[in-house]
Amino acid sequence: MLMRPFLYVLSFLAVIAAGFWAYRENYATQEALKEVGRLNTEIATLREGLALQRAEWAYLNRPDRLRELVVLNFDKLGLLPLAPEQLGDAKVVAYPRVAPPVLDGTVDTSETGGRPPAPTDGDFP
Amino acid sequence: MIRTPLRPLARILTARAKGENPEAIERENLRLRHEVMRDRARTMAEGRLVFLALAFFMVFGVIGARMGLMAATVPEEPKSASPGAEILAQRADITDRNGRILATNMLTHALYVQTNDLVDPPRVARELARVFPELKEEDLLRRFTDGRSFLWVRKVLSPEQMQQVHEIGDPGLLFGPREMRLYPNGRLAAHVLGGSSFGAEGVSSAEVIGTAGIEKQMDARLRDPGQAGRPLSLSLDLTVQATVEEILGAGMTMMNAKGAAAVLMDVHTGEILALSSLPDFDPNNRPNGPVSGDPSDSPLFNRAVQGVYELGSTFKIFAASQALELGLVTVDTIIDAKTPLISGRFHIKEFRNHNYGMIPLWDVIAKSSNVGTARVALLIGGLRQQAFLKSMGFFEPTSVEIVEAAGAKPLVQKKWGDITTITTSYGHGLAASPMHLAAAYATIANGGVKVAPTLIHSDRHESGPRVLSEKVAKQAVWMLRKVVTEGTASYAEVPGYDVAGKTGTADKPRRDGKGYYKDKVVNTFASIFPADNPKYVLIVTLDEPVDTSGPEPRRTAGYTTVPIAAEIIRRTAPLLGLKPAVEPPAQDRITAVVSTRSGVAATGGN
Repeated sequence: MLMRPFLYVLSFLAVIAAGFWAYRENYATQEALKEVGRLNTEIATLREGLALQRAEWAYLNRPDRLRELVVLNFDKLGLLPLAPEQLGDAKVVAYPRVAPPVLDGTVDTSETGGRPPAPTDGDFP
Repeated sequence: MIRTPLRPLARILTARAKGENPEAIERENLRLRHEVMRDRARTMAEGRLVFLALAFFMVFGVIGARMGLMAATVPEEPKSASPGAEILAQRADITDRNGRILATNMLTHALYVQTNDLVDPPRVARELARVFPELKEEDLLRRFTDGRSFLWVRKVLSPEQMQQVHEIGDPGLLFGPREMRLYPNGRLAAHVLGGSSFGAEGVSSAEVIGTAGIEKQMDARLRDPGQAGRPLSLSLDLTVQATVEEILGAGMTMMNAKGAAAVLMDVHTGEILALSSLPDFDPNNRPNGPVSGDPSDSPLFNRAVQGVYELGSTFKIFAASQALELGLVTVDTIIDAKTPLISGRFHIKEFRNHNYGMIPLWDVIAKSSNVGTARVALLIGGLRQQAFLKSMGFFEPTSVEIVEAAGAKPLVQKKWGDITTITTSYGHGLAASPMHLAAAYATIANGGVKVAPTLIHSDRHESGPRVLSEKVAKQAVWMLRKVVTEGTASYAEVPGYDVAGKTGTADKPRRDGKGYYKDKVVNTFASIFPADNPKYVLIVTLDEPVDTSGPEPRRTAGYTTVPIAAEIIRRTAPLLGLKPAVEPPAQDRITAVVSTRSGVAATGGN
């Protein structure tokens, strides 16, 4: 029967430990709740600021103002409204006319020592 | 269970032998048995009582504990409850289809006065009148001193004004936070957005309510806290809307018109990309409605949705399409368009007394012949014509989501005689809004399916009932294209885009109801582009235009609305992502196009 006092001491210590843990948790929770409250306030303030910035962005980008700015800065930027003439098709982009190579039957073999040159990727078969 | 016998034979015999009464044994046994039964019943009853008592104790214990908890705790907001998406509940924003802001909120302050706290009312009145020029010093002083303890001075303040009021430094001047509705684009899409104002006002906040347009129609959606984080996405495109308004405004000035309206609609979904009515207003500072005179003279009047006009010859295509649908004619059927057509006491004539003679159906549309259309309409008959126009939506207000739309019911003749059939076929005697016309033309353009015009951007749209067969719709668009290439709308040719459309010129009915004005017209051009694969419908309407660039004033749609519509299409089609059909540039000595070059390469290879 040596176990019994030992168990009493152990359970007493466990109660003290649990109490200590509960005490700390309680204060940690309260702290966290305060933090949540503070963060919510901050989020609300930031959202409000964000909404204001968005409103300002929209206000500064209103078509009337942009149109005025385009007119004021025409000499620097030369912006014009989008017109159908500015759009095209890749097919109608003009290429410089390449004259076909003149094939007269002679092959330059001076650099290969008399043998016919090895074919390269660019050659026609 | 073993039942003890009441008269056990062994004991009875023993008792008899001793000369005792065996009945005593039976009674004794009976008594014992009854005692056992009584004890069992008592235990059961006691158990029930304990159980009930426990149950009552628990219920009352829970209630008592809850009450005690409620009474003992400090009242405060449950902070640990997860905060919703919206911490800052605001009226939802309104954006265009690409998410650009059309309406949003801004935090400002309202100014109010607690007169009991005012230190020096005359000085405050003087200083406030200096900060706010629209306030009068005498009025303020009178309101400060007539005995009331609380009064509003301004509903919203700018930060500068707020600072100036702070600098007056009187403790009776107080500020209340206000959420203000802001339309950053000013007049842009004013008629769609409508406007808003404050509803119930308190010191710490005020509710914002929509007063017109989509703000009023969708008020519940915009105020719903659950959806406050999601902006309401309109089908409008900010850039296209701005372009349309710019060109329409310039065109209205050039054509000396009293008003103008334009509707640009996607033919497949019914989404409205631009809706403009001029003159317009600033929704940030919405003017009051007119109390006298013609409501259509007010800038608040939305001509595109509220304005019901006789839309003139733009209606002719409906008679022609219906006749094609019924198989009464083909596009090449020769129609008798000789003037005059006599119906009862009415003589139907052409514009400027033309006489087109015998012409094919497509030319009736291209030349805009009243008589030809009337003959086609008589072929169809009044009942079928009514049913068809009804299926096109000309008898009901449109479903556009602005509050004014429901009030714009088309004006339809009650008695539908032959003369009504005739006049309606060329757009007189039935007044509808440009929005109705846009929806009807969209039906023709998309291959014959009815669409409901809408201002809300959505990925899903249910398709309406089929009104015209695909073949007839194609033929109708082809005829409308003829109007541009060979008929009355020649100014509608836009390089790169094939435009199909129909002009309409209608005399304005006199306000006193006695016939029509001679020199006041409503010009309309209903167009579809691109004609080979229709995607958009554009309706342009001018109110009382006159083109004075020529030697004599011209009032037909071909000279007034058509050039404006053409310019709108030229400018907006690239913005809408439509690829122009470009002609290859002429070849010269130093350039060649790809096809030629590959030919050269092939030759070089051989």
